[in-house]
Amino acid sequence: MSQADPNHKDHQPAADNRYAGLLPLTLFLACVAAYVSLLIGWELFPRLLYAKHEQPIDFNHALHVDQLGDCEGCHWFREDGGFSGIPGNFTCTECHMDAIGYDPEEIKFVEQYVYKDREVDWYVYSRQPDCVFFSHAAHVLGGEISCETCHGDHGYSEHLRPYYENRITGYSRDIWGEKISGIHQAPWEADAVAHTDEEEYEQPAPADFTMPSMKMDDCAACHYQMKGVKREGCFVCHK
Amino acid sequence: MIHKEEGNLPRYGMVIDLDKCTGCGACMVACQSENNVPFKENETNKLDSITWMRIFKVSNGEPFPGTEMVYLPRPCQHCEGQHPGHPPCTSVCPATATDYDHATGVVSQIYTRCFGCRYCMTACPYLVRYFNWWDPHFPADTEKYLSPDVSVRMRGVVEKCSFCFHRFQRAMDKAYYEGRKELEEMEYQTACTQACPAGAITFGDLNNPHHQVHKLKDSPRAFRLLEKLGTNPKVYYLSSKKWVRKACDNEMGKEHNKYRPKRK
Repeated sequence: MSQADPNHKDHQPAADNRYAGLLPLTLFLACVAAYVSLLIGWELFPRLLYAKHEQPIDFNHALHVDQLGDCEGCHWFREDGGFSGIPGNFTCTECHMDAIGYDPEEIKFVEQYVYKDREVDWYVYSRQPDCVFFSHAAHVLGGEISCETCHGDHGYSEHLRPYYENRITGYSRDIWGEKISGIHQAPWEADAVAHTDEEEYEQPAPADFTMPSMKMDDCAACHYQMKGVKREGCFVCHK
Repeated sequence: MIHKEEGNLPRYGMVIDLDKCTGCGACMVACQSENNVPFKENETNKLDSITWMRIFKVSNGEPFPGTEMVYLPRPCQHCEGQHPGHPPCTSVCPATATDYDHATGVVSQIYTRCFGCRYCMTACPYLVRYFNWWDPHFPADTEKYLSPDVSVRMRGVVEKCSFCFHRFQRAMDKAYYEGRKELEEMEYQTACTQACPAGAITFGDLNNPHHQVHKLKDSPRAFRLLEKLGTNPKVYYLSSKKWVRKACDNEMGKEHNKYRPKRK
């Protein structure tokens, strides 16, 4: 037993050397693990979470705004203060009873929907849950907030972008926002970025414009910023 | 009878004339259909029926020749509390599912946020809060008649009268469209007010001197329920009978009506 102790001591440094050799490998593996985790979190997870849908008709907003002048030509307010929202065939057929151009999307719309008297099942990017009360009149007419503040450069787009449906909640990706981290520009900051010129609403939003998300926190932050009310009654936005 | 006023903001309130009320129940029906209040499959047990507006029958307890009866419609009292915005129910809520709207004075309830602990029901001295023991049941085609302005509540949450707040919002939308930011008296009226055939219910802004309720609340006939608790409710009652005023402040001696001593 007395000889075993010195032997044991001799082994110690050898063991240290053996583990020291593993250090670069461990670091490398840690880097790979971190990279894989990030890849899963930032790339794979959003792909799994969101289902991609194409809109039934590729609608050209820019062309229509150019022809009609503003948003309210199609998305108008009713006399009782209600908002018409996405127009139905009733509005579209004021011009598109028959195809007036040669665009295949327009011909598709006329043949598939107008002639067959069907409404288009649009995917609505901004659809909120049923418990949410949102008044366009209060924001656009009462608060004088531009459409772009919440809907971004949607009105200047030439093609409809794909609709991403959250497979878990069933809501649009626009509600959470494009970035999976949930960090976004506040709506009022985004508005300032979008319209720095004098001729505010004549100019399309710049390329670096990011659309604000439409979560409850975003609504609350903006209400706090705009109205200076820290806590509003829940009924203001819920029903 | 001091109504504490908070600035010049609207304070929506109600004045119910008990001398006019016949107890017909039209307000209860109107409320039920306006606010998607559900039925149970079996409505025999009235103790857990949900009625945002409920009519109570109050008697003076006298024997036959002197018997008097009064019907007392009771919506949520939308208490303001001793400090503006401190009704008994909101401060006990651990989920902030109920709160006081300083812009209108309405006590709100958010069904999607409530998790059903029922503290607020315990705190409320007027029993205006109801618990959904079951998922809502709308027999046959009645689901098609639901109001889209009011969300349907699920099992396990508390609900109560909202002074038909969706009507306020609808009226505000119209006002915004017409370039106004203030409402006329008749633009925002609750369903029970409009349904009352006797005209017993008056609704409006208690702070606005042009509204009827502003004058009526200062009537010598006016009183509020359990005023001594200091809840400072925004629902006023009118009655010319002294025993009614006393009964409504729970001053009839013992709380058990049956055994209370006779009074003249």
